[in-house]
Amino acid sequence: MKLKKRIIQYEAERVVGFADEIRNVPGCEELRSCIQCGTCSGVCPLSTYMDYSPRQIIGMVQSGFKDKALRSHTIWLCASCYSCAVECPRKIRITDIMYELKQRAIQERIYPRRFPIPILAQEFNKMAQTHGRVTENVLAAIMFLKSTWWTAFGMWRLGLGLMRRGRFPLHLESIKRKDELNRMLKTLDKVTIDMLHDERGKGEPARGGGR
Amino acid sequence: MDNRDSQEIRIGFYICHCGSNIAAMVDCPAVAKAIGKLAGVVLTRDYKYMCSDPGQELIRKDIAEFKLNRVVVASCSPLLHEKTFRGAVEAGGLNPFYFHMVNIREHDAWVHTDKAEATEKACALSRAAIRRVAKHKALEVKRVSVHPDVLVVGGGIAGIHAAMTIANAGRKVYLVEREPSIGGHMAKFDKTFPTLDCAACILTPKMSEAGSHPNITLMTYSEVAKMDGYVGNYTVTIKRKPRYIKEDVCTGCQECIANCVYKEPKFRDEFNEGLGKRKPVYIPFPQATPQVVAIDSRTCLNFKGGVLTDMCKKSCVAACGEKQAIDFTQQEILQEVKVGAIIIATGFQPFDAARIPQYGYGRYPNVYTALEIERLVNASGPTSGHVIMRDGTEPKSIGIIHCVGSRDQKTNRWCSKVCCMYSLKLAHLLKEHTGAEIYNFYIDMRTPGKGYEEFYDKLLEEGVHFIRGRVGEVTDWAASPEEEGKLVVRVEDTLAGYVRRIPFDMVVLATGLEPKSDAQDVRRLFNMSCGSEGFFLERHPKLAPVSTFSDGIYIAGCCQGPRDIPDTVAQAGAAAAEVLVLVDKGYIEQEPNTAFILDEECCGCKSCIPLCPYTAITFDATRKKAVINEALCKGCGTCVAACPSGSIVQNLFEDDEIFSEIEGVLAHD
Amino acid sequence: MTTYSYFPGCSLKGSGRAYEESLLPVLRALDVELEELDDWNCCGATAYMAVDEVRACVIASRNLALAEKLSHKELLAPCNACYLVLNKTQHYMKESPSVQGAIQKALKAGGLTCKGTQPVRHPLDVIVNTIGLDAIRKRVRRPLTGLKVAPYYGCQIVRPYATFDDQYNPTTMDRLLEALGCTVVPFPLKTRCCGGSLTGTLPEPGLHCSYLILKEALRRQADVIATVCPLCQFNLDSYHDKIAGKWGAVRIPTVYMTQLMGLAFNMNERELGLYRGFIPMKPLPASKPAE
Repeated sequence: MKLKKRIIQYEAERVVGFADEIRNVPGCEELRSCIQCGTCSGVCPLSTYMDYSPRQIIGMVQSGFKDKALRSHTIWLCASCYSCAVECPRKIRITDIMYELKQRAIQERIYPRRFPIPILAQEFNKMAQTHGRVTENVLAAIMFLKSTWWTAFGMWRLGLGLMRRGRFPLHLESIKRKDELNRMLKTLDKVTIDMLHDERGKGEPARGGGR
Repeated sequence: MDNRDSQEIRIGFYICHCGSNIAAMVDCPAVAKAIGKLAGVVLTRDYKYMCSDPGQELIRKDIAEFKLNRVVVASCSPLLHEKTFRGAVEAGGLNPFYFHMVNIREHDAWVHTDKAEATEKACALSRAAIRRVAKHKALEVKRVSVHPDVLVVGGGIAGIHAAMTIANAGRKVYLVEREPSIGGHMAKFDKTFPTLDCAACILTPKMSEAGSHPNITLMTYSEVAKMDGYVGNYTVTIKRKPRYIKEDVCTGCQECIANCVYKEPKFRDEFNEGLGKRKPVYIPFPQATPQVVAIDSRTCLNFKGGVLTDMCKKSCVAACGEKQAIDFTQQEILQEVKVGAIIIATGFQPFDAARIPQYGYGRYPNVYTALEIERLVNASGPTSGHVIMRDGTEPKSIGIIHCVGSRDQKTNRWCSKVCCMYSLKLAHLLKEHTGAEIYNFYIDMRTPGKGYEEFYDKLLEEGVHFIRGRVGEVTDWAASPEEEGKLVVRVEDTLAGYVRRIPFDMVVLATGLEPKSDAQDVRRLFNMSCGSEGFFLERHPKLAPVSTFSDGIYIAGCCQGPRDIPDTVAQAGAAAAEVLVLVDKGYIEQEPNTAFILDEECCGCKSCIPLCPYTAITFDATRKKAVINEALCKGCGTCVAACPSGSIVQNLFEDDEIFSEIEGVLAHD
Repeated sequence: MTTYSYFPGCSLKGSGRAYEESLLPVLRALDVELEELDDWNCCGATAYMAVDEVRACVIASRNLALAEKLSHKELLAPCNACYLVLNKTQHYMKESPSVQGAIQKALKAGGLTCKGTQPVRHPLDVIVNTIGLDAIRKRVRRPLTGLKVAPYYGCQIVRPYATFDDQYNPTTMDRLLEALGCTVVPFPLKTRCCGGSLTGTLPEPGLHCSYLILKEALRRQADVIATVCPLCQFNLDSYHDKIAGKWGAVRIPTVYMTQLMGLAFNMNERELGLYRGFIPMKPLPASKPAE
């Protein structure tokens, strides 16, 4: 018999104040009022595939088990359908909390190698920034090349089908006034860092940092 | 002792430490010292507990010894101890209104963090009181007699119990009920938790006793339309809706029902929650009190759109025969009664389950509310106690969902208190009736109460399943073959930590309790207040739980908040006791801080009349002057401030009293 | 004639081309014109929200600013995700002073201004609640009698902001489809997630979501699924091979609500972009075109 991993959590593994950090993010304020009723897990269409239910993630965050929460599959499986957020009897915006946890996992690089979601997110970021618009097929191709490129071979039929139906644009979509958008985003980089430093007063990295 | 207003002023000033409540933040001896220097002050003392017997004794002795004729106490809120100190002053031989109280605890010590500043504030407030009290006049407490009759609004178990208690004490009671029969929600229940005695068996004897009690006047199918007057002397107008039956003639033989032109019952039966049908002429349930039928003009063929057409062949009238109890010409009448006190026991309404669409009530026929199940398992219910669902089958598996419309910020935030226990009861009854597999889905099991936890144990022993998790949805979406044709509950078993899909034949929604939809109208009718959730507000949650902010008006039962039958009966008894205290004493004493008109200055402009929230001001047309009814005046001061000619004066709040007080606050040493 | 500002979003220019191809003529037939925002950019997108919400809001705010430049009262966003992101940005601008501050500074740098108060609306909302079902019924030339449709709304059109319908059991599209003459099958999964972008990143759980929806639509004996979102349409329509390989074939066509409207208005199938779907719609039951 192979013994499973231990399930005890030690006090040393807690990051005291983690719950408060999350609570300070816009949209995550109601975290403390969770009564662990499980409605979020009950309505979540992806909970079938999760290692921890959304309720358990909220519990971990509340108790400060940051590492366990950020390493869970759950945060990446959230498809942003907002079912949990609208059904929660405590009006906790669980989707927004999942966003925040994903962002932190990306910042702290806690995710499996070649994991497609953060790569997609970052490539999306790049493409939106340089071209102003997103050309989905190109984006998908880049994502597959940088992550699980071997699975891309299985996609050739889909690509061909899309091409045949005129749904596979062969040029990159782009906006005209790229400079306008660029100025906005550059300003934002400065603003967010300053602002968030003021707000939290702890000199933590800005949200979506690493820029 | 000299109780004239005009004499040399000799003030005694007392400052209370209230243990450390005040003394920790206010330097009491320093305040006493500073106040001692003011004009008119002949004595100052600081003392640990002024409200204690020795503290009061101190005031009494000082009045005699130092010939004090005014007293100021700086301590807690007048709400708590103004009466105490007025009593001490009176015991010392002074008019009790030669006294003024300063609140340096709630208004000062408890809300400040800087001792020097708090001390300075205590000085300022005390100085104001010293200046004010010098202007005080001797006032007299007036007595108003109390009408001995009582009105009880609402004929559920709360109203019935309160009315019976008062009637048994020998007082006359009017019991007003909106529906054709008294009994309320309890009459619809099958069994009661945790003893499982039959609700009808314990309720109906009380109902018929109330119906025939010589001291109780039953007014069913009636509503209160208007209330005038004041504590001890209310005039209440009651609207009596036409039931087209002479109540005193009808014997309850129900021949008319059997002979109605509708051979089969056809219309929604409200008493059975719409699960059964009734005829236009009906009696709500077998033990209805009074045993008098009613005719529903919305469905009766002799009416159209509620208007009498006389087009039906009226086989009911023929069936009634000699008695001639049916009277289609009845009209709504207004009846006036005079009472001294009123108990409001208007109850609750169950949460509308259709407001939570994900539980499918109204979309899936086999989703039921708890109240529907009460009727379904009841031997006098629409299925004679057989649990047959809307699709004609008997359920083999049943899921009971707790907290539907409770503990939910999107609907009602509060815990409805009774649902855990009634869900257990329904689980037991459904298991007994059908032998089905039963699941309870709960957030927290709340079973405090005598014998309640033991009942929970019993259910566990009976093999009822309990899953801790709030249900996400009820759906007829079948994801696997065993779910075909079933209602599927998707829920996280939060204790085991996985999500489950469980197929059921029947789903029961344990709907919560909420204020009646017209609670706000009732509140205005009786000058009461509501809490934020909409239930009527008690005067004090612990020390005056059945009183309201309107003197002489009391509340009992679920109109004040969700509660079970034992608590309701206890509360109704308490309300009855409060009423008897008032009525048996025969009079009430009135605070003399009322307003009065300076007749010679009133110009008759009437601007004060619509402003008075207690309708205490009327207009004397012959003299062209406003008149204030002292018994109605609550001393709010609205008219005083509004009078353009300054011809309204309020006792204890006369202009020079208030101005002296202001000067005192602003004065510097 | 009413004119709305129009934000198509990236998908409607690419894989969701058929949505735009059917939306424009259908609205024109109902006397509604659309003016496309000049030089609009990516909405900010849900995928992006996950990396940096404030940044997504700033990107979205440029579009809101461009819309405010035009003289029309309301902005139309046909893609559920764009509709949500634009709405969410406005909500954040109202609720969170820090997000509002960041947005305003960035907009200033781009030489733009935005109040964030212009209503952002979904075509479904406009068609049913503003244009009205009576106008639709009048325009129907060939009622889709006998066509059994599963109405699939997706998530983000009603969540988290229920601006025009219930968040769990919306009925707006049901009523629209009935007005076209369709038979609407009771569809309990109408707002269940299609898998979103997971179908590309984590295919197993993502496609399973789509599979369940397709399977239930077949179980309900629907002929076709109607959608109002390009990503939903893509997920439900494009992965049939993979889904069949994993869990079994569940072949049922998925079309845009506007394509069904176009058919009922007796418009040309090809011009409505119906050939762009992977699973073709069966020819309509032989209902006679009304004269």
